[in-house]
Amino acid sequence: MTLSLKGIRLSAGEFQLAVDAEFGGGVTGLYGVSGSGKSSVLEIIAGLRRPSAGSVELDGAVLTDAACGVHLPPERRGVGLVPQDGALFPHMSVEDNVRFAEGRTVGAGGLFERGRVCELLGIGGLMGRRPAGLSGGERQRVALARALVSGPRLLLLDEPLAALDPARKEAVLPYLRRIRDELRVPMLYVSHVPGEIAALCNEVAVMADGRLQRQGPVEEVFRQLRANYAEP
Amino acid sequence: MGDVLQVTLFTLGAAVLSTLSILPPGIALGWLLARRQWPGKSVVETVIALPLVIPPVATGLILFGRRGPLGSLFERYLGVEIVFTWKAVVLATAVMSLPLLVRTARVAFEEVPVRLENVARTLGAGPWRAFFAVSLPLARRGLLAGAVLAFARALGEFGATAMVAGMIPGETITLSLGIYRDIQLGQDSAAYTLLGISVVLAFAAVTIGERLSRRRPA
Repeated sequence: MTLSLKGIRLSAGEFQLAVDAEFGGGVTGLYGVSGSGKSSVLEIIAGLRRPSAGSVELDGAVLTDAACGVHLPPERRGVGLVPQDGALFPHMSVEDNVRFAEGRTVGAGGLFERGRVCELLGIGGLMGRRPAGLSGGERQRVALARALVSGPRLLLLDEPLAALDPARKEAVLPYLRRIRDELRVPMLYVSHVPGEIAALCNEVAVMADGRLQRQGPVEEVFRQLRANYAEP
Repeated sequence: MGDVLQVTLFTLGAAVLSTLSILPPGIALGWLLARRQWPGKSVVETVIALPLVIPPVATGLILFGRRGPLGSLFERYLGVEIVFTWKAVVLATAVMSLPLLVRTARVAFEEVPVRLENVARTLGAGPWRAFFAVSLPLARRGLLAGAVLAFARALGEFGATAMVAGMIPGETITLSLGIYRDIQLGQDSAAYTLLGISVVLAFAAVTIGERLSRRRPA
């Protein structure tokens, strides 16, 4: 998987986003403080926001190209999104949530058969429940399953553990690793917690003030950040 | 008694037809106002709200008088005579109830988190499926409340209806028009009978609406 963002520009009030980046397969962390532009980048990749300039390409296919007026709608991108709170549909059962995307996407499809995904995420016993009756961790696992059943070519995770207490975070992380190792779906994992990124990602891109500051292997980038922080 | 029954059934029928006829445009407008920015949005908002603020009699005159925009359009292009027919009652009540439905629908859609619609789109749902599977069911309670409000408004509409439908016995007389007519004729007891029926119908409509809108999704 190759995802490239070329000359992406976006203005929202005083906030200016200016990003050029290329992401490979595996799990890439997108690290930065709140307001650094991480979520805006995800929204642009998912097709939920149009940049004023620049292009987004996934495996050579143009998803967005502001100069040519190309903007593939979100449902035709094969890009899954899991927001912070899971965003489960509250009026549907867990099963209906998971089935929502079945057979409707342009992504890898067959790899992510519903039964397999539900087993992988350990949510088989929750099918008849309503989202309101689930714990935070269960909600996130259902949201992950729902996004995976859509057969995404790329999965965007927007601080999926941020709303969970430490114990629940620890409980969900192994499931994310299973998605990484068993389904091998490329992921872009947004977080402002270095520990989460270190536990899951092979590469990290650091964002600050709407710009990509550096990108590279997790250990190396965090070592540089620590060194910069320690400098007087 | 036959007259009372006829007037009651006619009023109910006209209110039901009127409410059903404004549901699709009312819900669509509510959604467009809640979710989209488009040129002329504020003008449309104002025009829709007009029946709430100008006298109903004036609304009737503006819209459905022979020289009014709707009346003349219907007559010229469809050859349909609206004024002083049952259709005038339905149209007048529809126009008078539409603002209530649109405003309630707008608030109902604004309360649906946008991120749920966004996630639906990333899960492969096109805009229509996202609307029917996510936005509409989640706005259901507010929409029901709006429909009940519109129905109750249609039941009690007087000014615009009187202006365009007249008071043709057996054809265009609604409960409100009947009450006015009976009072004018000095038939107070007949007027109070119709008044009682109006109160019961309005009470029932609001109670049913409340129950439906409070019911948890199955």
